[in-house]
Amino acid sequence: MIPAGFEYHRPGDIESALSILTQHGDEARVIAGGHSLIPMMKLRLTDLSHLIDLQDIELLKGIEVAGGTVTIGAMVTQHQLINDQGLADAIPLIREGSLQIADPQVRYVGTIGGNVANGDPGNDMPGLMQCLGATYELQGPGGTREVAARDFYEAAYFTERAEDEILTRIRIPVPAAGTGYAYEKQKRKIGDYATAAAGVLIRIEGGTCADASIAMTNLSDTPVWSVAAANALIGTAVDATARQAAIAAAIDEIEPVADNRGPVEFKKHVAGVILGRAIERAASRAG
Amino acid sequence: MTKMHVKMTVNGEAAEGLAEPRTLLIHFLRETLKIKGPHIGCETTHCGACTVDLNGKSVKSCTVFVGQANGAEITTVEGLVNADGSLGVIQEMFREHHGLQCGFCTPGMITRAHRLLQENPMPTEEEVRFGMAGNLCRCTGYQNIVKAIMAAAETLNAQKEAAE
Ligand SMILES: Cc1cc2nc3c(=O)[nH]c(=O)nc-3n(C[C@H](O)[C@H](O)[C@H](O)COP(=O)(O)OP(=O)(O)OC[C@H]3O[C@@H](n4cnc5c(N)ncnc54)[C@H](O)[C@@H]3O)c2cc1C
Ligand code: FES
Ligand code: FES
Repeated sequence: MIPAGFEYHRPGDIESALSILTQHGDEARVIAGGHSLIPMMKLRLTDLSHLIDLQDIELLKGIEVAGGTVTIGAMVTQHQLINDQGLADAIPLIREGSLQIADPQVRYVGTIGGNVANGDPGNDMPGLMQCLGATYELQGPGGTREVAARDFYEAAYFTERAEDEILTRIRIPVPAAGTGYAYEKQKRKIGDYATAAAGVLIRIEGGTCADASIAMTNLSDTPVWSVAAANALIGTAVDATARQAAIAAAIDEIEPVADNRGPVEFKKHVAGVILGRAIERAASRAG
Repeated sequence: MTKMHVKMTVNGEAAEGLAEPRTLLIHFLRETLKIKGPHIGCETTHCGACTVDLNGKSVKSCTVFVGQANGAEITTVEGLVNADGSLGVIQEMFREHHGLQCGFCTPGMITRAHRLLQENPMPTEEEVRFGMAGNLCRCTGYQNIVKAIMAAAETLNAQKEAAE
């Protein structure tokens, strides 16, 4: 389990990181926590000869809650996401989701930037970010641009990010006060990726669902943000009939594949069960 | 590949060596520094036998490149003994409560438990189980590991109170 050789770089600022990335083209890769990348390198599934460690770049650190927006640096770890009280007050969905990722050791080093940039359909943060309507800031040699999480994922391991761009921060609008939330994940054991997972936000006004957002993890080769499923809830009392309609709409939009987590029919069944639970929990928290 | 010069503080002492950048921290600790406490169980980031404390975080040292740990403060199970060389509280409680059988997972378990109790000195049983979920044991069935950690928490808290 020894990866192929490479040259190691640890730049102190984003400009130096980008210049090394530009200089070496597709031979270079950035490393954040390394807990997706190093396993791939050990299996020799990733080909690179320059590794750029982002740990010293201050610009990529920190969590800020201001003016109705949460800004999270790409190098913020899952452990930090769980322990930041300001973030938990503003968007409790992120803590609930982060606690269901991997195990304690992985969460100390795994970063939100690495999790969303990775492009693995098994990662939980992309679905959460789509549910929340997050925006990713990408910095490249030509400057900075923003891409919505809902437009970022193209296929497994293929994203909108160009090879010479670094994901610097994530911006998330704070959901309206009283928005109910839930991230529900079915996995075989602690430390496993989802068999199926769903993130749900629900806002209720006068007993009726005024707004909803639903995204699912590991049920297609990208996360699935389902407008149809959310629409099935909006305008209803989120009763059993509405929940069933939302589940049917969501299942219609996923394309799970059979693997060691089960056959397609099983995954669709599990997806329905966890989405139902997530909707119920989110609705019960709305107020 | 040219080797890099790596320096770190391990169990309070300065340590250094040459290593290829692709060297994993666990191999650097065991083979270059001859610190054999942390074990290699799976080498695939699953079992936690290689857990060390790196800058105050429990990490699986089979999934860290040596360069990433350059300049870091590292504690292994060897660093958790008392000043006089006798077993530290967590180690002693693992012995007393039979928190091990073959002992292969134990260095990782104890190193992880150390950080868990630093962050949460009075955990519930459920919090211990959740906090130890990154460490696998093939022998004990976990019951006595949990017992040992709960007992260690109690002893450490009593010691702290007595000192105040
Ligand atoms: C045992 C185990 C269980 C796990 N279980 C889960 C789970 O249940 N759910 C889950 O979501 N994840 C899980 N993970 C993955 C873990 O959360 C990873 O840490 C995470 O996916 C990637 O974060 P990282 O910081 O380690 O990224 P790295 O591994 O360093 O990088 C991942 C990829 O993203 C790129 N990248 C990283 N940062 C940037 C950036 N700022 N800009 C551009 N590109 C970047 C890298 O080049 C690389 O291609 C698990 C991992 C392990 C080892
Ligand atoms: S050897 Fe590192 S987790 Fe198993
Ligand atoms: S005591 Fe044997 S693996 Fe834990």
